[in-house]
Amino acid sequence: MAFREYKIGSRLFGVALGGSMLITLYMPTVDMTSVAVTETGLVKQLSYGRIGGFSYEDPLLQGKGKPKTVTLTKDPATGADMEPVQAYVYEPGIPFPSGINHPRTLGPGATELSLDKGRIAEADDSAGAVFVIKRGTHQGETLHYIENASATRGWKYDQVLNAGGDANTAYVGSGKIMFVREGCWWCHTLLPEQTQDWQYFGIPPRLGDFNGESPTAFGSDRKAPDLLHVGSRNSSKEWMMMHFFNPRLVQPHSIMPRYDYLWGDKDADGKAIDYDGWRAAYNEYAAGNTLTPPDVPSYQSDSEIRYLMDFILSLK
Amino acid sequence: MLKYLFKRNEDIPPGSAAVFFGFSSIMWFVIGTGLGSFNAAKLAFPDFVMGSELFSFGHMRQVHVFAVIFGWISMAFAMAMMYITPALGNTKLWSEKLGVWNCFLWNFGLSLGLVLLWFGVSSGREYSDFPWVIDLYIAAFMALPLALNVWMTIINRRTQGIYTTNWFFGASVFMVTIVFIVGNSPEWFNLTGLSEAYMTWWFAHNVLGLWITPVAAAIAYYTVPKVTGNPLYSHRIGHLHFWSVVVFYSTPAAHHLMSAPLPEWLKSFASVEGVLILVPAIAFVSNLLLTMTGKWHMFVENVEIKFTITGVMLAIPLNMQGGFQQTRAINWYVHGTGWIVAHAHLALLGFSTFLEGAAVYYGLQTLLRRKLYSLALANFHFWFLLIGFAIYWISMTIAGLIQGAGKIYEVPYIDVVIAEHPYMIARWIGGTMVFTGNLVWLYNMYMTAKAGTEIPEGRLPHELAYER
Repeated sequence: MAFREYKIGSRLFGVALGGSMLITLYMPTVDMTSVAVTETGLVKQLSYGRIGGFSYEDPLLQGKGKPKTVTLTKDPATGADMEPVQAYVYEPGIPFPSGINHPRTLGPGATELSLDKGRIAEADDSAGAVFVIKRGTHQGETLHYIENASATRGWKYDQVLNAGGDANTAYVGSGKIMFVREGCWWCHTLLPEQTQDWQYFGIPPRLGDFNGESPTAFGSDRKAPDLLHVGSRNSSKEWMMMHFFNPRLVQPHSIMPRYDYLWGDKDADGKAIDYDGWRAAYNEYAAGNTLTPPDVPSYQSDSEIRYLMDFILSLK
Repeated sequence: MLKYLFKRNEDIPPGSAAVFFGFSSIMWFVIGTGLGSFNAAKLAFPDFVMGSELFSFGHMRQVHVFAVIFGWISMAFAMAMMYITPALGNTKLWSEKLGVWNCFLWNFGLSLGLVLLWFGVSSGREYSDFPWVIDLYIAAFMALPLALNVWMTIINRRTQGIYTTNWFFGASVFMVTIVFIVGNSPEWFNLTGLSEAYMTWWFAHNVLGLWITPVAAAIAYYTVPKVTGNPLYSHRIGHLHFWSVVVFYSTPAAHHLMSAPLPEWLKSFASVEGVLILVPAIAFVSNLLLTMTGKWHMFVENVEIKFTITGVMLAIPLNMQGGFQQTRAINWYVHGTGWIVAHAHLALLGFSTFLEGAAVYYGLQTLLRRKLYSLALANFHFWFLLIGFAIYWISMTIAGLIQGAGKIYEVPYIDVVIAEHPYMIARWIGGTMVFTGNLVWLYNMYMTAKAGTEIPEGRLPHELAYER
């Protein structure tokens, strides 16, 4: 029996699918990669590190292998006073973000500035490095770029960490991991919409705000307020602590889960946290039997809740 | 299943792979909808089960999504392909042994992936959440063996042409493999930023458009003519459906990110292509409903037709929503609200589940050569699915409209949460009904395999449905 071979059909099928992928994958990517990174985009990639999800350095999403964000008011090398600067500290072995490893992703202009003025090609992740964000002009256009402060100013990673101290250090990159792992983005979007969200949730992101960030964790199903600029609306650590431990402490109608387990077993003084006792006392308060709720335990400086709060408060 | 893994191909009874896939899919459906019901309870009552990260909403949500997409829907598809492709080619499945291995590796890989997701090991990309190791596993051990079996069965067919269903099967297993590998490539090649976010949605859109929708439709192209005995109304409208799926459904991915800063030309293009999705939809629905001519009594009497035609009719609101909600005129209102959640469940729990349910009902009876154990329980299952789904869909649509209003009038968000509360409870009730119906289904199919009346040679199960 002579079978039909469907030659024309299969060729047309290839043309149709190939054409579709040309229009919907190749062309948009060309457009999107031709945009220079904004300051926001640089802040995000430098403070988040290489990848915000599953990775070699952090397979179980515990927040390992991420940089630290340090706010400096004194030059760590000379000790002289200076304008406050955010320094992104990569200790030895912490992998660099996309913009350092693949400067092309910074977009036209920012790539050249970061390479020439910022000397990012000299950074070596096995020796550790400190980066800062600078403004410069490239062919008449003012752009932000990455400066490798270890090369240009001689800042060592340990000097910067010591100069900042724990109070001025934020675990933003590790916090992004908590945000992804705990599924915050299933309810809280990171994408104020271009249409109606301006007044309440702030300015929608721009095209260059994402270069080098991975994943963007926009979220698609908003069951709770957008968080892209939450740090500008509310910067109270006390409020955040109460809200994470039990959201009903500050917002009786909230349907957010309790994230008390991120405190771990011990509080800041090393004492065991009595969760059962806390919940029993809270239930008494919720039932109206006591006037005040129990105090929220303090957290250890390297606890997961610290990471998450540092990340949330960094969303300006 | 395990005893067949190391047997010679000839010693494995034909249809084994389909039966294993069929029962696996039902079990995953029970697990997936059980998780869905659990998650819905947490949205209505946030302190329901607390204190452990493993039972928190953020850890359970994606396990539900992937259990139903990869476990229920895709395994039911694999089941349908394992028996429909050879039946339409008048031949045997190319390799029954590969099919059995495929089913085993599918269950194993999916369980592993879901446990990882459950513990929070995620790539952080919606709908491609599995870490890249699992992605590679899925491509190599789940998608490719299935594709190989379908293609080789079609190539070795003993019929002159290829029937509509098999075009769709052959093309979809190819397209889903491509889409899966390309869509997950940001993770392997460390693509970042907006390109990565867009690729994530390109993947999510095309899995729906080039896998779930066409395969579900292809199943209906088989079930309706087979069970009613009517020939397909029009082969040519089938062509229109097929080609418009390939051209129109593969292009509007950007409409999922209408409010993100993507290039404007891309959003406009996607929006227009998105409306054109109505072309395949109308072709499909009209073709199937016209095939029913003269046999509408079977919509009431016959369980497979009842499921299939319900699914086909649910494709009407599905595509009306899908075509128009992504235009700028409507999207600004409903984007990111419960409306979209309702729409997603209309596609997966409404349209596609009803079509696959029919394929699994029909296939298991045919392959096991046993009549359904209880028609009453099958009807119970149907009505619990339909009513449970309807409660879910209506409540989430209303919740979405409330959220949309809250969004455009910039109401403090907590007021929206308060207003949504009754609908969250309704959602949980609807989801629990679906779960209950599926438990009954699992029992019914288990008893069918064990104690169903044997179907004599040469008879079809639906002919005997009302005989004792």
